[in-house]
Amino acid sequence: MTGTLKAYAVRLFPQVAALAIILFMVSLAFPGFFKLSFQNDRLYGSLIDILNRGAPVALLAIGMTVVIATKGIDLSVGAVMAICGAVAAASITAGHSLAFTLAVTISTGILCGLWNGVLVAVLDIQPIIATLVLMVAGRGIAQLITEGAILTFNHPGLIFIGSGSLFGLPMPVIIWLGFGLIVALLVRRTALGMLIEAVGVNRRASRLSGVSTGVLLIAAYMLSGLCAALAGIIAAADIRGADANNAGLWLELDAILAVVVGGTSLLGGRFSIAASLLGAMIIQSINTGILLSGFPPEFNLIIKAAIIVLILVIQSPRAQSAFIWLSRARATEPTKGQEAK
Amino acid sequence: MQSVSSYVLSATGIDKIFPGARALNGVDFSLARGEVHALLGENGAGKSTLIKCLTGAYRRDGGRILLDGVDVDPHNTLEAQKLGIGTVYQEVNLLANLTVAENLFLGRQPRRFGLVDARAMNKQARALLSEYDLDIDVTAELSAFSVAVQQVIAIARAVDLSGKVLILDEPTASLDTHEVAMLFRIVRRLKERGLGIIFITHFLEQVYEISDRITVLRNGQLVGTRETAALPRRELIAMMLGRELVQEVGEAKHSETKAPGEARFRFRSFGRKGHIQPFDLDVASGEVVGIAGLLGSGRTETAEILFGAERADSGTAQADGRTLDLSSPRAAIREKFGFCPEDRKVDGIVGDLSVRENIVLALQARRGWARPISRSEQDRLADHYIKALDIRTSDREKPIRLLSGGNQQKAILARWLATNPEFLILDEPTRGIDVGAHAEIIRLIETLCENGMSLIVISSELEELVAYSSRVLVLRDRAHVAELTGEEVTTNAIIEAIASAHEGRPA
Repeated sequence: MTGTLKAYAVRLFPQVAALAIILFMVSLAFPGFFKLSFQNDRLYGSLIDILNRGAPVALLAIGMTVVIATKGIDLSVGAVMAICGAVAAASITAGHSLAFTLAVTISTGILCGLWNGVLVAVLDIQPIIATLVLMVAGRGIAQLITEGAILTFNHPGLIFIGSGSLFGLPMPVIIWLGFGLIVALLVRRTALGMLIEAVGVNRRASRLSGVSTGVLLIAAYMLSGLCAALAGIIAAADIRGADANNAGLWLELDAILAVVVGGTSLLGGRFSIAASLLGAMIIQSINTGILLSGFPPEFNLIIKAAIIVLILVIQSPRAQSAFIWLSRARATEPTKGQEAK
Repeated sequence: MQSVSSYVLSATGIDKIFPGARALNGVDFSLARGEVHALLGENGAGKSTLIKCLTGAYRRDGGRILLDGVDVDPHNTLEAQKLGIGTVYQEVNLLANLTVAENLFLGRQPRRFGLVDARAMNKQARALLSEYDLDIDVTAELSAFSVAVQQVIAIARAVDLSGKVLILDEPTASLDTHEVAMLFRIVRRLKERGLGIIFITHFLEQVYEISDRITVLRNGQLVGTRETAALPRRELIAMMLGRELVQEVGEAKHSETKAPGEARFRFRSFGRKGHIQPFDLDVASGEVVGIAGLLGSGRTETAEILFGAERADSGTAQADGRTLDLSSPRAAIREKFGFCPEDRKVDGIVGDLSVRENIVLALQARRGWARPISRSEQDRLADHYIKALDIRTSDREKPIRLLSGGNQQKAILARWLATNPEFLILDEPTRGIDVGAHAEIIRLIETLCENGMSLIVISSELEELVAYSSRVLVLRDRAHVAELTGEEVTTNAIIEAIASAHEGRPA
């Protein structure tokens, strides 16, 4: 057991280190950064804010990790968030109960995933194209549902999901932490994780070994759809309305970035949900950190890009072997010197 | 001291150290002009490491390389090519979607007014290939031609680019007899032109047919370099294995297998349009049925429909009188079938996963995702098969792609043995692996058969088929054309069956 723990520590070290460095740098620019306070039964502070604001990307990253592990990609998650937000708002304003609304919204997300999965697994369309269809069409569907307007609601139950708190933590944080834990346990305590990795590395060989590759692929996209639905509900509940044009806009790219920063290869295979969640938090820390540090907003995207390039360079296998080579060269230098004498 | 100048290439004391392993230890190797020099050794002996050091794909950690008596130190394969060392690999490393001419002149196309002069290029390509008796449409895509022709094109390119040393790495692995003969004619002609040729193969007959000298490596050490004519085959194998093999596998006589019992598996007019014509097949338990035929005769297609990789569209399959569901690999595995595919890299291994995960994969897939095999049970299974099949790996957690071909093959076999199959299909189980692993796999086949497993073995090595099969099916043009039983099972009979089927074909 200690062996696996050690393996986890080694796997997650780059992400944890990157996150720690970023948080430290932000705290230099903004002294009150690590301060937490407890008011009205809920924790407040910049760190909590990062966890809370990062919820949609964190949720999307969970599904995206599994999809990418199968050597796929899901570009539609942002649009699916918009669809699901619209469905939730339409259902709750039509007077349906909260339970019904949540059930319908989550089913919608899963259905979107099923569509993507069938295109990829059954019709064998390349994932980037297959999910592009829904990425483009999805916002149109969401606009049809909201009839072009921002559909607002003030159902306290639904709003609670976006801004309420439980055990001192904001609801969105509880949701992504809980859901991430459930999915991580599901894939690692069962054989799902290994089978997904096998499909991602070599689909043909996996099929010939009796792995139900089609079912696994479809399930991966359905999970991604479910994650998008949860993220969509949170995003809508947060602003108390469904904005078909802007909900989840470009978040698919942040989710992919979170997975990549988390060290899962876009070529499929080995994946880590915990690392992707750390990746999502790294991205959110950068966003929040830039805002807090008081840089002019026009610098934000550039600084964000620069930091991400740096993280990716540190992670790249070439840079790592160069680093190993450097440290070895340094270690052997003194002995060489002695030989020379 | 022998005159250095008679050697086009001479390497002395080559060392190569990988983290945790010494891949080459002071290896000497020399190549004369106009010589075919076979480089032999088991998997992991250091053949490909030596080649990679010579061609600059690896940087050596010690030793000298002299080319025409001058010290060289190629940093990459391109540099080696310019120095005069060209390499042709088993998997042809050309671009399948470009034309033959483009492949020949890639990166050095004749230009006119700054643009590629396609006409001049095609003309030069035709001239170049005519030296190899190859009269083909040079404007056609490379993929339109057989592997053998592609091989010749690769050789033509390498010789044209380099022209001093030609390295052929397993060039005959996927060629049939005629194609090998054609390739050897070309090799002999290049030899007359004074090229030094390094020939790596695992077909010992071919070594004796074409090579002048033989160098054997074992565990990264030089065992010796000998004149081919003065080295008996037994001695060569002893050099390679480091032990006297009781009897060379290839010379084994057809074992008088006990009369196979009642047919356990019965296939009746089993087939699929466009893949393999309907055939009948009976297999008893504890029986090995061999399948022979030329490349493209329908051998692999037969295996694929037996395993459900392609769904049969006619006929029935029964075991002990019960109808079998072979509609997909998954269904076939549920019926206790197993299949080691011909193309290990594409269809067999899951490269990035560990040896352990590769071994448990089929068993886990059969149990379903919800019933994971516990980690300790996985470790036990992996360790058991690593030991039982002598899979050489430093660690069961090593990604399987880092293993050598023979060890990958054994791991795939282990994957199926772990599922405890009753009907195992092996498609070219010994292709591309060295003599030692070869013999081990054949022994394994015999053991499995003694334990009552039914086996279908497809192989292009006829001696091998004769050694362990109780019956041999002969295929041609995607149809089963003959079945040889008992005394009839000899290499000559098989060759005759293939040939007579050719003659007997109505025009």
